[in-house]
Amino acid sequence: MEFAQPLLRMEGISKRYGGVRALEQAGLEVRGGQVHAILGENGAGKSTLIKVMAGVVAPDGGRMLLEGREVAFAEPAAAIRAGIACIFQELSLIPDLSVADNVVIDSPPRRFGMIDHRAQRRLAEEALARAGGEDIHPLAPVKDLPLSRRQMVEIAKALARKPRILILDEATSALTAADVAKIFAVLKRLRAEGLALLYISHRMQEIAEIADVCTVFRNGRNVATYEAGTKTLAEVVELMIGREYSHAFPTVAAPESDAGPPALEVRDLRWAERLRDISFSVRAGEVVGLGGLDGQGQRELLLALFGVTKGLSGEIRIDGKPTNIASPRAAKSKRIGMALIPEDRKTEGLMLPMSVRVNLSFAALDRLSRWGVVDRDAETEAIDEMVRLLAIRTDGVDVPVGSLSGGNQQKVVIAKWLMVRPRIILLNDPTRGIDIGTKQEIYALLRRLAESGAAILFYSTDYDELIGCCNRVLVLYDGAIKRTLVGAEITERALVASALNIAAGAEAGA
Amino acid sequence: MSDWRFRLAERRGTLIALALFLALFALYASKHPAGFTANVVQTAANKGALLAFVAMAQTFVVLTAGIDLSAGMIFTFTNCLGSYIVAGSTPTALLGCAGVLAAGLACGALNGLIVIYGRLQPIVATVASGSIFYGLALWLRPQPGNSDNFNSDIADFMTGRVFGVVPMSLVALFAVVLAIWIPFRRSTTGRAVYAVGSSEMAAYMSGLPIRRAKFWAYTLAGLFASIGGLYLSFITYSGEANFANGGTYTLFSIAAVVLGGVSLFGGVGSAIGAIFGALAFRTIGDLLFVFDLDPLYQPLFQGVVLLLAVCTGAAQLFRIRNRLDLFQ
Amino acid sequence: MSETAGGGGVAVRRVPLLRHIDPAVATAFACIVVLLLIGSLYSREFLSPGYLLQQLKVASFLGVIATGMMIVILLGQIDLSVPWAVAMGGMMACAATAHGQIGVIGAIPFGLLCGVALGLLNGFGVAYLRIPSMIITLAVNAVAQGLMVVHTGGFSPQDSASAAMRFIATGEVAFGIPHSLIVWAIIGAGTVFLLNRTSYGRAVYAIGNRERAAFLSGVDTQRAVMIAFAISGGLSAFGGILLAGYASKAAQAMGDAYLLPAIAAVVLGGTSILGGRGSYIGTVAGVILITLLQSILSVMQIPESGRQVIYGAVILLMMLLYGRGRRAEG
Repeated sequence: MEFAQPLLRMEGISKRYGGVRALEQAGLEVRGGQVHAILGENGAGKSTLIKVMAGVVAPDGGRMLLEGREVAFAEPAAAIRAGIACIFQELSLIPDLSVADNVVIDSPPRRFGMIDHRAQRRLAEEALARAGGEDIHPLAPVKDLPLSRRQMVEIAKALARKPRILILDEATSALTAADVAKIFAVLKRLRAEGLALLYISHRMQEIAEIADVCTVFRNGRNVATYEAGTKTLAEVVELMIGREYSHAFPTVAAPESDAGPPALEVRDLRWAERLRDISFSVRAGEVVGLGGLDGQGQRELLLALFGVTKGLSGEIRIDGKPTNIASPRAAKSKRIGMALIPEDRKTEGLMLPMSVRVNLSFAALDRLSRWGVVDRDAETEAIDEMVRLLAIRTDGVDVPVGSLSGGNQQKVVIAKWLMVRPRIILLNDPTRGIDIGTKQEIYALLRRLAESGAAILFYSTDYDELIGCCNRVLVLYDGAIKRTLVGAEITERALVASALNIAAGAEAGA
Repeated sequence: MSDWRFRLAERRGTLIALALFLALFALYASKHPAGFTANVVQTAANKGALLAFVAMAQTFVVLTAGIDLSAGMIFTFTNCLGSYIVAGSTPTALLGCAGVLAAGLACGALNGLIVIYGRLQPIVATVASGSIFYGLALWLRPQPGNSDNFNSDIADFMTGRVFGVVPMSLVALFAVVLAIWIPFRRSTTGRAVYAVGSSEMAAYMSGLPIRRAKFWAYTLAGLFASIGGLYLSFITYSGEANFANGGTYTLFSIAAVVLGGVSLFGGVGSAIGAIFGALAFRTIGDLLFVFDLDPLYQPLFQGVVLLLAVCTGAAQLFRIRNRLDLFQ
Repeated sequence: MSETAGGGGVAVRRVPLLRHIDPAVATAFACIVVLLLIGSLYSREFLSPGYLLQQLKVASFLGVIATGMMIVILLGQIDLSVPWAVAMGGMMACAATAHGQIGVIGAIPFGLLCGVALGLLNGFGVAYLRIPSMIITLAVNAVAQGLMVVHTGGFSPQDSASAAMRFIATGEVAFGIPHSLIVWAIIGAGTVFLLNRTSYGRAVYAIGNRERAAFLSGVDTQRAVMIAFAISGGLSAFGGILLAGYASKAAQAMGDAYLLPAIAAVVLGGTSILGGRGSYIGTVAGVILITLLQSILSVMQIPESGRQVIYGAVILLMMLLYGRGRRAEG
């Protein structure tokens, strides 16, 4: 078995998104009758690898061999035909169609050219049973099912394709322990039937239970492949973190004084199952980090503070006064003085085809205009100041902002908000996908801003940044603050361990 | 049987439209001076069928989350064409009917190709192509008129009654549903149309033929609009390139589709619902007559019904909790 | 027109003062020159100042209506209520004149106000109820039509235009320069100022480019959208007032002939139908282009039917070319 030809072999796969490398010479071997777990930090390249395998994105370089024959998938349908079925996170189900329709969507049974509903139902019921979802009614529309049931339908749909390779990308993240146990029973049976299973999860306990082989990804490469159970949890964490780079961070200074109310205080914030009883405070001069795995409610928390969400409960206090933040417009008003550097600069931060000038002054136009007419002199002056202050490298301020490099675009987003002169600055992963030089500049800028009295709440998927920049880090898991790390407690080990929600102390042994 | 629950839920829009229509029509017939006679039903059916065909046309496109603003113009154009070529002996006239339907298919296919390969927004593409179709209609019929040897036998048959009671237009509607809609709905292409309208991303991830689905949706829309146009020729014996009338049919087809439980956001609804929506919408307009209200109020009344109907879609806004979801 | 294939692609961002000329705008102006040359082959009259001023006068009606359409299209929306907003403006202004001295004085403001009200209804539906603009504006168009049918009793309206309406629509300043052209110039200048110099104008372009980003920048995007529709409704109604002044009275369906030309003028002038990109000078070019096209088609004695087909085909063609350019750039 060890020396048999792998079912699927990937070699030297590279993929770049703009200037960002997602995969760099990555490789993987997948064999039948095994559960192969893929591990890695946020942005290590796991999802891109899966997307390449499933035909969703085309790699820039490298090759894929299916049973020794080179293959390339132009679209998801091609991968499906080749026997690779992928379960994404609630992406591929069609909400308005029924469960049965969805399960057999790509090749429904037909009689006289028409879909045979009776046969379809039988197939769907079989597939549902194999996936452990016997209790799901095949006629129910998918949009009415809770998330965990939908995930079962996804699995049933994948099984109905009679795949040889089944990929589960965070397939259990929405499931309860009982559901996970059910699915594991299914996966074990499929493994016995000779299927190759690729399993991606952040839950270490699950991986320990089900995986036969593990591959660790870091910075777009596969760094280690080992048989499950041959490494301790501590060693695995070490592999995931690596020791590749360490930035120079400016020294973290303690906030000037503890007197007076904090600039931003949050009590018992709850929102739509995504945020649970969040309470914390940020003082002027303090940089507070948000840590944890991607998608644990950090983004929702920032949006909630910025007045984007509806139906929020709990209390937000600005300078000790309870405040209702109804919209981003209210959030940036003088009274509150909040700014949000959003997650995706291309769709949320900037209007790419518009000029650097327009983008820079856009949020601050209230200050730069009189009776709605833009004061062009004041605008030009303020813009020049910002371009200088942040050292934005641009070919004049009238070129489209989309023509700038990623790092400079991000500087424009930050500068745009500094022009509003905010007192509370929320940042949503501001250094994602930008070069190291610009990152350093942003760290220095954050420090300067904090020193000049801003209160900063900073979400980052890069643990190094949290360690280097923050006075405190709040680690979120499943919408709640699981742990608060202060000062010297903020170590990579502690961050990773609490992000994975491994019980305290477990990281040492296991 | 819990199966029934789901089957009912799936057809809820259609059933509501049916109930609405039956209630309105009962009211209409009971108040009609002539009462519930075969004649009253026949006249109402003929008028209703015209809109029903165009509404079915609109349904195909709306199911893909698009819109066809040229439906009324294809209807007008094929009406003018029909007034020429549904002529002569019965076999040649039947050939003419086929020609009209082929023209409708071609118009729809043109729309489909523009939307798919030109990647233009359906609305602009169909406004512009509607202008072309209207131009063609005007070219055929600068003045309202008909062919000297227009075959009125076919026309009378298609607008008459079967066994003296059942209006032929309803039979035709039924036949079209049976012969085209149901096979379409149960084909893989039909399912892809629903999938594309429901979530184009998910349809892509599931490997469905998105282009084929859109192409057939627009093409069949053209076909159904031309069935409507043909029927208008049958009813009036003539063709008229009336710009306002074409626009009105486009507009009413949207109203009928909404009343018939077809979601303007795509993926939900049925052409059968659209038929009842169309019949109900027609009846709403006619109710004003039997209640002796000034017929002048009819367009306003219909406009307000349309406005209210499209506003019902806004109800789902109350469920949105993250305002960013508003800007997809 | 094949040169636009490459031209549309190199979309240089519109910068005030024409520092960079948008290739689409240049193309539109080039087409105008070509049309004038073709026209002069048919008739020497075509290049005479008198004829050209007459064309500009006709163009100014469309120009006023297309201005409102342009602002809405810049947002990435569309206003299909133009036909009956135009008719309503004309009819209501004429109707006001029947109500004594106050009515005569208030005729123009009243017509305008009706259009604005209609636009607010559209804007409310689009911005706050999130109904697709093409749907809600169609429905509002139907309601406006219904109201006008009730108002006129279904006949041609009998009220005639006020003196002021006739004055702005038909008079001449000097050298044969029509008043309506001056009116368009004023509205145009106002629009250029609004779009280029005010924070509202910035918001319009920003929303058209990326409503999410505009919203997260703390702009009240819903209010901005509603105002745009109100402007569009008002300008459509004002176009109707001018038309009614020109013809001395309003007519049923007087606005039907303005929907497609208004959209076409805006799109041919280089404004992206997806929103966020376009300049007013382009719309001016588009309006003149459409007006000349109509004029030439009638000089060439192409019947209405041919005109409709050519319109549709030309617009589709141009949009296909621009559309491809836009994608290549993104």
